[in-house]
Amino acid sequence: MTETTQGPRERPLSPHLQVWRPHATMVGSILHRITGSALYGGALILAGWAMSLAAGPDAYEGFMTLLGSPLGKLVMFGLTLSVFYHLAKGVQHLFWDVGAGFKLATANMGAVACYAFAVAATLAVWVIAAMTGAL
Amino acid sequence: MENYRTPLRRARGLGSAKHGVGHWISERVTSVALVPLVLWAVFGVITLAGTDYYGAVAWIANPVNAVLMVLLTAVSFLHMHAGMRVIVEDYIHKSLSKLALLLLNLFVCALVGSLAVFSILKVALGGA
Repeated sequence: MTETTQGPRERPLSPHLQVWRPHATMVGSILHRITGSALYGGALILAGWAMSLAAGPDAYEGFMTLLGSPLGKLVMFGLTLSVFYHLAKGVQHLFWDVGAGFKLATANMGAVACYAFAVAATLAVWVIAAMTGAL
Repeated sequence: MENYRTPLRRARGLGSAKHGVGHWISERVTSVALVPLVLWAVFGVITLAGTDYYGAVAWIANPVNAVLMVLLTAVSFLHMHAGMRVIVEDYIHKSLSKLALLLLNLFVCALVGSLAVFSILKVALGGA
């Protein structure tokens, strides 16, 4: 049997990164992926914490000293930002998954809200940590 | 070549692979579960940063903390495996590199996630 109609339609192509002016939703999407990758490292640190705890007091104090060092604090600060950003953006994605929030203005506002939430929540957590003597 | 395809073959070729939806749902379910777990974990980290080894052991010996830590770890490693898998599939197109990275991702997540869960349980059950 031969074909009577034409073959499958051309599949749509993704817009090329370099010909697009950066905008809130685009940067937001890229950041979602970058923070997700950072949290991959964060989960490995979490596992390292659990393993050092199981290894005994010396290993644990060594691990916590490393996390408490200036570099360790910088990493933890970056992970706090990543956690809150990825969480907020993930919630926006859940709204998109049920078909809500696709209007351009809403999507842009959501992207900006994710940036704002990440910064505000990170600062709040570090202020609380400083006040409770956790630093 | 396209012209030699039967209408049935063409219809089959246009459909989904029939198993992608499971991955998609798993990503959403783990992300919903991680919202409360991660918020709880942030306050856990603040608590733990202000205490020493014995404080941490006592914290994780609490059944609620132990169970939530195990859930946080298991769900996180499932979620990050799915996420990194998509990143590899999006950016790596040479089949051997892609296969190697997908296997590495799976093995790292399975090994490190299991080590973390076992460590938590070991301390929580009092063997530290």
